[in-house]
Amino acid sequence: MSSENMSSDNNGPWGSGGSGGPRNPWGGKPGGGKSSGPDFDDFIRRSQERLRSGMPGGGGGMNLPWTYIALGVLLVWLASTSMYRVEPQEAGVVQRFGRYISTSGPGFHFKLPAPIETVVKPEVEAVRTIEIGSPDQSSENLMLTGDQNIIDIAYAIRWKIKDPEAYLFQLAEPDETIREVGESAMRAEVARVNLDAAIGPQRAQIAEQVRVRTQEILDSYRAGIDVVGVDIKQADPPAAVDAAFKDVSAAQQNAEQYMNQARAYAQQLVAQAQGQAAAFNAVYQQYRLAPQVTRKRMYLETMEEVLSKVDKTILEADGVVPYLPLPEMKKRSNAAGGAK
Amino acid sequence: MTVLRNPIAIVGLLFVVLFLASTSLFTVNETQQGIVLRLGKPNRIINAYDTKEVFGMTGAGLHMKLPFVENVVYIDKRIMNLDMAQQTVLSTDQLRLVVDAFARFRVTDPLKMFTSVRSEARVADELSRILGSRLRNELGRQTFASLLSPERGQLMDTIQDAVNKEATRYGAEVVDVRIKRADLPAGDPLESAYSRMRAAREQEARNFRAQGSKQAQIIRAEADAEAAKTYAESFGQDQEFYAFYRAMQAYRAAFDNGNANVVLSPDNEFLQEFQGKRAR
Repeated sequence: MSSENMSSDNNGPWGSGGSGGPRNPWGGKPGGGKSSGPDFDDFIRRSQERLRSGMPGGGGGMNLPWTYIALGVLLVWLASTSMYRVEPQEAGVVQRFGRYISTSGPGFHFKLPAPIETVVKPEVEAVRTIEIGSPDQSSENLMLTGDQNIIDIAYAIRWKIKDPEAYLFQLAEPDETIREVGESAMRAEVARVNLDAAIGPQRAQIAEQVRVRTQEILDSYRAGIDVVGVDIKQADPPAAVDAAFKDVSAAQQNAEQYMNQARAYAQQLVAQAQGQAAAFNAVYQQYRLAPQVTRKRMYLETMEEVLSKVDKTILEADGVVPYLPLPEMKKRSNAAGGAK
Repeated sequence: MTVLRNPIAIVGLLFVVLFLASTSLFTVNETQQGIVLRLGKPNRIINAYDTKEVFGMTGAGLHMKLPFVENVVYIDKRIMNLDMAQQTVLSTDQLRLVVDAFARFRVTDPLKMFTSVRSEARVADELSRILGSRLRNELGRQTFASLLSPERGQLMDTIQDAVNKEATRYGAEVVDVRIKRADLPAGDPLESAYSRMRAAREQEARNFRAQGSKQAQIIRAEADAEAAKTYAESFGQDQEFYAFYRAMQAYRAAFDNGNANVVLSPDNEFLQEFQGKRAR
């Protein structure tokens, strides 16, 4: 043993004699070096003895508990690593030394213990969502449309695992891949349509096209992923031009309003004309039956009504230059007006 | 026999066996390809990529190697991302576009990859550099309009083929090249696009209003015509009587508030009877 050699050898770093003071690493005290040597030696010897007696079978009667403990550990290890449970939403993919063995459905299953076989349990039933862009105003996910306008679009891709083995073994970064493929598909589709179509009527169509396209690309990777759906949450003109877009709908409202006002005027006017014509027609029917007398009656009635309200002066004008006191008459009429 | 009874010997033996096992056995996952190097020289490839492979039938699993002399290098077998920096592309019609592309690649020839660049990360670096310049070159030959949807043409295929030619030198294969984003650069190009959009909408709004007023005017005019026609049909029956009838209505309306002084001559028709039979 090297430790024994060191302690017995005077030239060693620990066991230098009293004469070798200067080379003593423990300081200037010569006595210190001398006492540390035997102590260390003793310690080693004692610990070796202790180790020997502590080892299983070493002490004869002491071996039983050690064996049991070892056996127990072994059992626990076997039990915990050779059984596994697959939850209803999961699939259990078993690999033996890294090689794919089988995929088990939900339930309780057995496999070879841990280092030999391992199980990975991806959630195959769970539908996951990747959000791209967000519908709130703070952030914009701008995209160019086919007519070189810009649209602010936010959407989500929903997907789930179709083929757990392919999902686990085929793609290094499945999430990132789905996101990028989805973004690419959306950009390609939006570039196909013009802005007005993307904002309004073709939204659902675009979403479906993006889903199909994303699925195609992922299938070409053999990604084992099922794109469940693409939801366009927002497809609006960017905030910078929003006012102009709002003004267009305001203009549409205005145009409608102008036309409604005109229609109201037209109806009123036509109705008025018809009313007056009808009134005239009715009177004329009567007039034709007795023109002279009707005419006279109408004249007199009108004059009666008119002249009953106004101030009247009757002048015999033959050869007289009449003096009309117009200011006075005005005054009178004003006073009459004021007295009312 | 006595040696086997000795517990220390058993434990020691166990350790030796474990040690030998750990140095001579190795596992290769389905997601990995392994190159066994004998004294640093590639000796054989485990679980190499094959286009028609089926999981469970591949070379993945437990394998042996010579202890100490051989060691294993693992290389990813999966499809990996190729991150690329954004490229500013100038189209043939002198418009700028910021293009963000991505590519997927996989190592198809691990040995070639290992001898040429050593690691997947280096392959990715090399490929993204090549792809970046390819992309700029190819897209720079397009008009702005065709840049918006390059998938419509053969453009992306051309780029992929060109990059693949380079990629085989690194033992890799580019599975797919796509454009993730194609945006106008911030600043002037974006602003001018905005003002163009704004102008288009303003024009649209103005047009709506003008059309509205036009329609309104037509409606009014038609109503005026309709009213005139109605009047003419009715009043035209007897013009002379209409003039009288209308005059009567007008008198009533005009003198309705009583604020008038009327100077009448006794010759007035109304006063005809005032003086007895004289006027007759």
